[in-house]
Amino acid sequence: MTLDKLTMAQALNQALRDAMTEDSSVLVFGEDVGPLGGVFRITDGLTAEFGTDRCFDTPLAESGIVGMAVGLAMNGMRPVVEMQFDAFAYPAFEQIVSHVAKYRNRTRGRVSLPLVIRVPYAGGIGGVEHHCDSSESYYAHTPGLHVLAPATVADAYGLLREAIASPDPVVFLEPKKLYWTKEEVDLAERVPGIGSAAVVREGTDATLVAYGPAVPPALEAAEIAATEGRSLQVVDVRSIVPFDDTTVCAAVRSTGRAVVVAEAAGFASVSSEIAARVSERCFHDLAAPVRRVTGFDIPYPPPKLEHFHLPSADRILDAVDDLQWGLS
Amino acid sequence: MTHRWSILQHVDMPTAEDLFLPAKEPVQLIDGSGSAVDAEGFTRPADDRLLAAYAGLVAARRLNDQANALVRQGRLAVYPSSHGQEACQVAAAQALEPDDWMFPTYRDTAAAVARGVDPAEVLVLLKGDWHSGYDPRMKKVAPQATPLATQLLHAVGVAHAARLKDEPSVVLAMCGDGATSEGDFHEALNFAAVFQAPVVFFVQNNEYAISVPLARQSVAPSLAHKGIGYGVPGQRVDGNDVAALLAVLGRAVEVARAGGGPQLVEAHTYRMQAHTNADDAGRYRHDDEVAAWLDRDPLDRVETFLRASGALTDELATAYAEAAESMAAQVRAALNQDVVPDPGDLFEHVYAARTTQLAEQAALLSDELARQEEVR
Repeated sequence: MTLDKLTMAQALNQALRDAMTEDSSVLVFGEDVGPLGGVFRITDGLTAEFGTDRCFDTPLAESGIVGMAVGLAMNGMRPVVEMQFDAFAYPAFEQIVSHVAKYRNRTRGRVSLPLVIRVPYAGGIGGVEHHCDSSESYYAHTPGLHVLAPATVADAYGLLREAIASPDPVVFLEPKKLYWTKEEVDLAERVPGIGSAAVVREGTDATLVAYGPAVPPALEAAEIAATEGRSLQVVDVRSIVPFDDTTVCAAVRSTGRAVVVAEAAGFASVSSEIAARVSERCFHDLAAPVRRVTGFDIPYPPPKLEHFHLPSADRILDAVDDLQWGLS
Repeated sequence: MTHRWSILQHVDMPTAEDLFLPAKEPVQLIDGSGSAVDAEGFTRPADDRLLAAYAGLVAARRLNDQANALVRQGRLAVYPSSHGQEACQVAAAQALEPDDWMFPTYRDTAAAVARGVDPAEVLVLLKGDWHSGYDPRMKKVAPQATPLATQLLHAVGVAHAARLKDEPSVVLAMCGDGATSEGDFHEALNFAAVFQAPVVFFVQNNEYAISVPLARQSVAPSLAHKGIGYGVPGQRVDGNDVAALLAVLGRAVEVARAGGGPQLVEAHTYRMQAHTNADDAGRYRHDDEVAAWLDRDPLDRVETFLRASGALTDELATAYAEAAESMAAQVRAALNQDVVPDPGDLFEHVYAARTTQLAEQAALLSDELARQEEVR
């Protein structure tokens, strides 16, 4: 076993490199992903190593990038495209919703689209407007897409490899603020696959359910709570679609209390869906209503105000405090 | 050091106009009266090819008539007819080789059928049994697209993949005049040009996008001129002259196949019928405008020409009509079959494997149906 200390960005880069080495049909393209290596350097060195037919820059048009990926996937390739920033993916929305998500269905399974749309996503990096959107709910609401959001370096590598190998299209959401987090990881070790959540911290009093950029504040809250004598369990959803009801609900049933944490605006969101699913399925095991801690229902704020918007450990702990402790 | 560009300034370089702009008039090889005319740089296809095209036109017209009748009988939900555009439909199919790809729109049913897809399978979309009824890989015909221009980008991707795999296939990407206003049309032309993908963009300009006339769509000199902004050569062709269409599309396919990059062809034609049977064309255009186009009918024109040349005999004409009639009978028989769709199919092709959630929902529906069955 070899342990490497890698950033999430390096792990993603390695996942692309390994997938491209193993399978010559894997193509990487998008805006500035060639010689520059992407604005976050996730595709660093790939053009040099694999040539301009395998990793290349495209004209600056996101619908064009995704639409072309559809055709490449129809004709035997495995495209992995990069949308430079979350909010810059919106011009590709029609291609994603009407074609990427539906091609298998339209053709009764005769044409599948094994392609990955990588999206550097969410905030917390002091980005200017249109660079920090949490756009997962748009994709999660669209049947036919898989939607993944890693929160650890190991998952970034493992889930991206799974996404590229998947016969179905995957929207792969990379939390920008976690790109530079470092972990010692063994890349050869397999992580739970698409459709699996993971209990990332054991606890007995309440369950925090989080994904992507909301996992670190959830873990921080659990750490603080432990010093205050409260044992919080943390579940990392990892795979938003398909959603792992089994793991999430088993976790919530084991504690009887749940707080769902997400960075996106809460109204009509993935966090609403998780709260609804947990409430429907675990009602008789719950000691308190399921609470949510999410971003406010506002356009993503300017850099100097974003810390008021993002779910913090304090705000999570306030919600935990509200879980009717006196009643049971 | 002398810069290369300054040397080029002194030689007689072709200009953008020479390279990319279409001829002033659409290419025509048989005029409205059925007489041969010359067009610089294009040769009229031989009579045997024109006979095959004529047979295709007879079949396409019959298919349009049959589909319209099936709508009236309630067998098809709707039908966007290509009546008047049959020359474009047939030439699109006949300009391609078996390993080429076609990306049709919802109005290109006759083109897909002319390429060899079973008409009953093509009409599944409009019958409502499923979205696309044919296997796109069998004849290399993509599902008919109802969103506008989105399929043009898919065509670029398929063509680029072919180039990466060293396969000689060309992709014919079809759209209408209205679709040239969509962003994806422009992105597709630009991507195809930058990647030098072997795509022939084939615009059937039938003067209307549902109710909106071409003048409200674009004030460009022609739609073929739109290629110049992307470095894509444009050509205009009489869309009711199947001889000219075969020559122009044939040339475009040949150039794209030889590595000459994408080509743009605009066929000038006319939508003789309403957008679909659900549309009322009387609200936005006059009957006399439609009547003027009757004289330019694509079938009459090539028939007159082929009869005058002696290539089309009564026997052949009867044989073509009978073949078309037999195809129509098969379409009727297939469409008159009541297929009871399996509700379980709803969950079958969403993902490669059913998710837990879809399995639960399938069980819910199946249980609901079982209880309804018990009540009966």
